[in-house]
Amino acid sequence: MARESGTGIRRRAVITGLGVIAPGGNGRKAFWERITSGVSAIRGITLFDPAGLRSRIAGECDFDPEAHGLGPRDVRRMDRCVQLGVAAAREALEDSGLDLGSGAHNPERVAVSMGTAIGPATRMESEYVVLSDRAKLWVVDHTYVMPYSYESLIPSSLAVETARLAGAEGPVGLVSNGCTTGLDALGHAAALIEEGSADIVVAGSSDSPITPTAVAAFDVIRATSPNNDDPAHASRPFDLHRDGFVLAEGAATLIVEELEHARRRGAHIYCEISGYAARSNAFHMAALKNDGLDLAEAIRVALGRAGVAPEDLDYINAHGSSTPQNDRHETNALKAALGEHNACRTPVSSIKSVIGHPLGAIGSMEIAACALAIEEGAVPPTANLHTPDPDCDLDYVPLTAREQRTDTVLTVASGFGGFQCAMVLTR
Amino acid sequence: MSAARAVVTGIGVVAPNGLGAQAYWQATLSGRTGIRPIGRFDTDGFPLRLAGEIDGFTATDHLRQFRVMQTDRMTHLAVAATAMALSDAGLDPADDVPEYGFAVATASSIGGAEFGHRAIERLWSEGPRKIGAYQAIAWFYAATTGQIAILHGMKGPGSVHAAEQAGGLEAIAQARRALRDGARAAVTGGTEAPLDPGALVGQLPNGRLNLGADDPATAYAPFAATARGHVPGEGGAILVLETAEAARDRGTRVHGTLAGHAATFDPAQGLGRPPALRRAIQLALADAALSPADIDVVFADALATRADDRAEARALCEVFGPYGVPVTAPKSMTGRLYAGGAALDTATALLALRDQVIPPTVGVDRTAPDCPVDLVIGQPRAARLRHALVVARGYGGFNSALVVAGA
Repeated sequence: MARESGTGIRRRAVITGLGVIAPGGNGRKAFWERITSGVSAIRGITLFDPAGLRSRIAGECDFDPEAHGLGPRDVRRMDRCVQLGVAAAREALEDSGLDLGSGAHNPERVAVSMGTAIGPATRMESEYVVLSDRAKLWVVDHTYVMPYSYESLIPSSLAVETARLAGAEGPVGLVSNGCTTGLDALGHAAALIEEGSADIVVAGSSDSPITPTAVAAFDVIRATSPNNDDPAHASRPFDLHRDGFVLAEGAATLIVEELEHARRRGAHIYCEISGYAARSNAFHMAALKNDGLDLAEAIRVALGRAGVAPEDLDYINAHGSSTPQNDRHETNALKAALGEHNACRTPVSSIKSVIGHPLGAIGSMEIAACALAIEEGAVPPTANLHTPDPDCDLDYVPLTAREQRTDTVLTVASGFGGFQCAMVLTR
Repeated sequence: MSAARAVVTGIGVVAPNGLGAQAYWQATLSGRTGIRPIGRFDTDGFPLRLAGEIDGFTATDHLRQFRVMQTDRMTHLAVAATAMALSDAGLDPADDVPEYGFAVATASSIGGAEFGHRAIERLWSEGPRKIGAYQAIAWFYAATTGQIAILHGMKGPGSVHAAEQAGGLEAIAQARRALRDGARAAVTGGTEAPLDPGALVGQLPNGRLNLGADDPATAYAPFAATARGHVPGEGGAILVLETAEAARDRGTRVHGTLAGHAATFDPAQGLGRPPALRRAIQLALADAALSPADIDVVFADALATRADDRAEARALCEVFGPYGVPVTAPKSMTGRLYAGGAALDTATALLALRDQVIPPTVGVDRTAPDCPVDLVIGQPRAARLRHALVVARGYGGFNSALVVAGA
């Protein structure tokens, strides 16, 4: 997707830093160990009392804000999803070796591209409960409103706080495209690099939907798994007995940098963002057509922009949400885009089998997983895949991680609203 | 951003002082305000009593009943504006645009406020199973783009952008990128429906709203010494963009061209670095390959707090000189519309370019001495208009600037 700039020099976007806050382990190392172990991080909900719900399990982060450099004032100002995103950004900046406060980098050339599907849901709800006196008042009692209340009502706070951490003065934005959000935020970051609007982009996504309202909203439409008795096996993408996704929280923030800028400072380069495309199915807010043709179109365009042929792919990171319809839809999309032969010979796996589905956060977490797969020469497994669904007949890397040279990776996403996205990452 | 010829071929407006571009434009030129006592909830005991509220909008006039039930007012307004914009463009998405060639990029800042409020109220009063089946697809920020794509079969890139009041320009800039990347057409802009007590309450402590104001005529007085904050409003605008080539092929009328855009972010206070609004304007001009002298009117962000007005006036003076360019804020008749605000300003700029007239700012007798801008006050001003600049600032430090050229 790189293009000629006015000077004829092609600007390319590479990833030079990673930070992850995830169920089962915070930090990129713990995250990689967890998703390659195939050991589930799903448990009974502890963040609130889930009594009365059909699905009472989730992927929760064990997150101590103080351990991630957030003081009491930060915690008062930031919703949990903002805290997770900022903690991930702090790790990514450290990992990149960029010292943005040092004066070595022009802040006007530093951008931010963040994403969230539902934003500050936790704080929005806790504030509401107080101001409405537990839903007794429609016109809420304004005398109890907190000073930072507006920050907890608008999703752009995630981008604002990330920009302040990074000292960014270039373009700062936030996308909210449901469950494809993370891919879209990184796709936008690559576009900012390629068009010349920035040299460094702090990019990622965060969501923390383990709140009564968000959990209930998915529960009531039976989108989430009711496997409360066996949380560890509830998220089982591509398995015949899958019965819905498992809601989770998390964040990943990455440093996206212009290739020559990264080379000049001797930065460690994980991989290049070489192609990205977004399409819509224009079909239904929640349902998917079985044929997967719209996701297939996004995959074809992303591969074309990357100049990558289907047979060159070493690994595909699936959306693999563990809902009956998604996993079929996605399998068909991969076959339609890559051809039956290439789809069947390429390892495909879903890290949601281990950490669950943190909505908009997952896209950037999956890109982090892909960058680490390229780095480590291994691909994570699809945990809990014991009984293959006859309609899902690709190589899903069941149960155990696989060591293999991994140079060229495709990651895909699909979400409520009909959004379909694909991104290609290359060594 | 590299030069991309994105032209506007359709305008749809849902504003407190007019439904439809023509009604809105007539009201705006005649200085008729849409700011009025809030009717959407009982403001007894609530410190905010005025807002720009849309009168006479019936969702079922624009959406089928089942879809009205599945969506929030923000989406109702956007769907109505989209139909107006497509009709204005004379564009049939199914026949005139290739299958994956129609992009949708809208802005949102508050989300589906009333819908979410009702759902959360039911949950906390009646239990979690009473939340309602559509909360998962109605409240979230992406709902509007998804619904527009479904209603019109638009299968190009879809996206939603949040940067508070700057979000509308971010969405328009993204739609322009989509055209640059191969789309033939795009629906873009934004609407907001924030007149819900649960959504408004969060803004009460931030010092930006004119609390206690009772006179709609003077409640929102940007750049005046009497400025005491703004009033909120609902609504926005949706535009249809096409590549210049696609518009030419169809032989359709063009309202104007999106000539340049840029976004910046303000440094934290205490670092000794200058605010970044001026740089956003300069970068947008550079993107459009224009100089300040080419800009004939500025649609201001106009927060109407003294400090924010001074900061905006300073940025405009640094680029254009004191009283160097006509400036206006028709949002003084609608209130600030958040994600819908800058989209409506862009629509207004296009209408001004079409009719060669600058719409007025109301509620202001004269500008404050520390805001040396040539504010168009009270009456419209006829002028030769080639290019307009739209400026937007989003809460927390977002700056965005868009240059629009006449047809």
